[in-house]
This record gives sequence, C-alpha cells and structure tokens, in this order.
Amino acid sequence: MNEAVITNPKIILKDLNFHYGDYQALKSVNLSIPEKKVTAFIGPSGCGKSTLLRTFNRMYELYPKQKATGEIILDGENILDAQQDLNRLRAKVGMVFQKPTPFPMSIYDNITFGVKLYENLSKREMTDRVEWALRKAALWDEVKDKLKQNGNSLSGGQQQRLCIARAIAVKPEVVLLDEPASALDPISTAHIEELIHELKKDYTIIIVTHNMQQAARVSDYTAYMYLGELIEFGNTDMIFTTPKKTATEDYITGKFG
Amino acid sequence: MISLYARRRLINNLNLTIALLSMVFGLFWLVWILWTLVAQGFQGLSLAMLTQMTPPPGSNGGLLNAIAGSFVMTMIAALIGTPIGILAGTYLAEFGQRGWLAPTTRFVNDILLSAPSIVIGLFVYEIYVVSVGHFSGWAGSLALALIVIPVVVRTTENMLRLVPNSLREAAAALGAPQWKIIVLVTLRASTTGILTGILLAVARISGETAPLLFTALNNQFWSSNMNQPMANLPVVIFQFAMSPYEDWQRLAWAGALLITFMVLTLNILARIFFRQKAPSH
Repeated sequence: MNEAVITNPKIILKDLNFHYGDYQALKSVNLSIPEKKVTAFIGPSGCGKSTLLRTFNRMYELYPKQKATGEIILDGENILDAQQDLNRLRAKVGMVFQKPTPFPMSIYDNITFGVKLYENLSKREMTDRVEWALRKAALWDEVKDKLKQNGNSLSGGQQQRLCIARAIAVKPEVVLLDEPASALDPISTAHIEELIHELKKDYTIIIVTHNMQQAARVSDYTAYMYLGELIEFGNTDMIFTTPKKTATEDYITGKFG
Repeated sequence: MISLYARRRLINNLNLTIALLSMVFGLFWLVWILWTLVAQGFQGLSLAMLTQMTPPPGSNGGLLNAIAGSFVMTMIAALIGTPIGILAGTYLAEFGQRGWLAPTTRFVNDILLSAPSIVIGLFVYEIYVVSVGHFSGWAGSLALALIVIPVVVRTTENMLRLVPNSLREAAAALGAPQWKIIVLVTLRASTTGILTGILLAVARISGETAPLLFTALNNQFWSSNMNQPMANLPVVIFQFAMSPYEDWQRLAWAGALLITFMVLTLNILARIFFRQKAPSH
C-alpha cells in the first residue's frame, strides 16, 4: 500500500482506527508522513481524510464519543498515549480550519493568544513575534497599520492568513490544514497556495483538500482515501500520472467521486 | 393555467388580508393602552414627581422615594442575578454535553423562567420575610434576582451556542485550556448578546409588582436602609391607583408612564447593542 519510500518520516501511523460511537471512520491506516514536505489527503466526502487529520492533534477529544486506537508516532513518541501532554502536543502541531476562525479580538491579540500560552515574552519580543508570524503568513504589509483592529474586520482570505499566522506564531513543527482554501475566492486561494510552498521549508505540512488540482499543485506526497481506508499513497506526480490502483485512477480521472 | 394563477393570487391576497387584520387587531389594543397611559400620565408629570416623597392623600408630593427604591432594588437584583446566571448558562452551554445534570438544570430553569412572579414573591416571603420577621429591601432584591437568573441563564446559553464550534476548536488547537477558551474566546464572542439579555432582564423586573408586594412592601418615606420596607414604583402605582384619591391616582398614572418609558428605553438600548455587532459567522 505504501509505495513511496519515506526516508525521514515526521509522523508514522501504525494500524490507526477511529470510531465515532459505533461507526468506524478509519480502518487500520498505516502511513509515514515525511518531514518538511507537503502531504495531501484526497478522497470523496466522508472518506475519513478530515477525521485522519484531526487525530494528529487529538482534536477529536473535544467530543465525548470519538475514539482513536493504534499508534501515531510523532518524533518517536506515540501521541495517542494518554500520558502525552495534550497542550504540548498542540503547541507542536498547529491547525488551520476550513472556515477562517479569527478570535473576537484585535489582530495583534489573535497572534499573541497562542504564544502567551507557552512563552513569557517581553512586550518587545512579543511585537517582534507578531511581525514575524504575520510576515511568514504574507499578511504583514496588509495589516501592519491596523494591528489594533478586530480580526473580524479583515476579508475572508486575510482572515485565513491571520489564522495561519496565529498557528505559526506558536512555532509548531507540523501544520495541519483542513481544506484551508475551500471557503475562499480564487485569488485568496492562490495566496494560500503560495504560502504553503513557502512554509514547507520550515514545517511539515499536511493538507486535506477536496480540490484535486490543488493537491496536485501544492503537495509533494498524496494519499488517496476511500471509505475510511488508505487506498494509495505516494509521490504526488506518481499518484496523478501513474497510479497503481484502479480505484485511485478512477477518482483522479473523474470516473468516480 | 390562467385560472391556476388567479387562484393562487386570490389565496395569497386572502392570507395577506387575514395577517394584516390580525396585526391591526393586536396593534389597536397596544396603541390604545399606550395612548391612555400617555394622556393620563402626562397630567401627573411634574418636577415635583422627581424631587418629592410620596404624599399622604390630599397633599402635594412626588415619587422620589419610589423611584430610588426601585432603582436600588433593581440594580442589586441585577448584580446578584447576573453573575449566577452567566456562570450557570456557561455551564449549560460549554460543559453540558454529557451527563444528566445539565438537561435537568435546563428543564428546571425553563420552569423558573415561566413561573408566575407572584409565586416567587410568596417563596421569598416564606423563606426570608417570615424568618426575619419584617419586610425589607433585601427581600425585594432577592425576589427580583430570582426572576433575573433564569432569563440570564437562558440568554447566556443561547448566545454561547451561537458561537461556532470551529472557534472553540481553533482555540483548542492552539493548546488553550478549556477555561481560557471560554473566558477569552466564546464568552467574548457573545458579549453583546449576553448584555442584551441582561438589559431585557432588568426591563422585565423593573415593572414587576407581585414579587415586591410580599417582600419589599412599600414605604411612604425615604429610606436607604435595605433592612427596612422599601418604596418602589410598581407597588406605589398599585396602591395609588386602587385608592379613591384623585391626586394619588394622578401620581400612579405618572409612575406608570415613567416605568413604561424606562422599559422602552432599555429595550431600545438592547436593540442598539445587539445590532452594533451581530455575530459574524
């Protein structure tokens, strides 16, 4: 199943299963996610790609009936182990959601929100961090004169980049993107995609997307999922040009899905 | 084909007419009430109303002690009821997904929300007034607070539920503990809605008579002692309006106009608040 040889895995999934109550949403997923690359999860709605993404920061724990079993090894440690500190994990694994989610506070405070949870910075250092994060997210030039404004006053695309800046400001190692551009117009989408290209120099990026062209454009590796199973994983070029499985080919070529 | 459209248009017009008539019927009484209130109350309005105490029959006076008493008791009731209401509402919205406690609380709160206020007045009379042996401003505030709580609980819960889950997830994804998510993100996102609820609760209690009748009673004189019976507008209106003295009746109308005006102001304020920042998601 795992065709690509990953020499420097950041995350290794071993026999990962996921249940929403009685419904099994992920079935024995095995996968290695390479460090400082972009890995895309594609597949039809309900295939489990978002579910899979939400196991990497144990987001599902917010909801009582959701449960993951198996192993997710991040830097040699099984993060599903109950001993693992959830807040430390989330400092290491940032996440950006489908809809922009600026907090009801100023742009500046949006960025500092996460940083303050982990670091005790002086005002000066904090200001520098805010600028650094906003520059990383290619938003600085647009907002540098209005950092005190409410985050909700930005446009949708800007809000999404604010959310990316907010995630990066904590200095994570992995960034999870859950359909980050699906609520945005084409120009904002292009901005986000450029940004992903930039960010992969420093971060391991995992993106879930409905849009196959987007997966082809931004990712280095692609995983095709269907009905909770990982059907095929490999180099994005390979998946999109010479997939090994007919199921993948049918989906890629639009015969199905 | 034509007849089908004609039929639909006819039914449409018929429904429109019925709806309009219903609206006119409802508005008619409302306008009549307000008109009577303004016409009668206006005569009683005077500067003395705001500067003098409630008079014995036959002499001049105003409503100052009643206005002050109402103000103080309403404020104290809001100060007691608001924090309890917000905390309980937060519990229901943010922690109430599992277990039996939240659904039960919600159910009881709904009962309290629609409980006749006279029942609440009697309750406070029984547990507080009887045991201390006298009517008092505290008892009045307590009764009003009991009316504030369910209103604030309900609005807080509803407003917090309007906050999209994605916002909670975004804060959780940064590793924020739940109390920080609630205090810094979700409660903050619903501030305007909750404030609106508080204003409406204050508007509601500022006209309540029944719960004060058994608790604060009334006081013909100025009193700033919360342990003594305390004058308040609704009870004064009740007493004066029932009396055979014309000057008392005039003051009662003026007081009624004053309360209505205050409630109207609070409602308008609440609307302005709420419109200022509608939820953005």
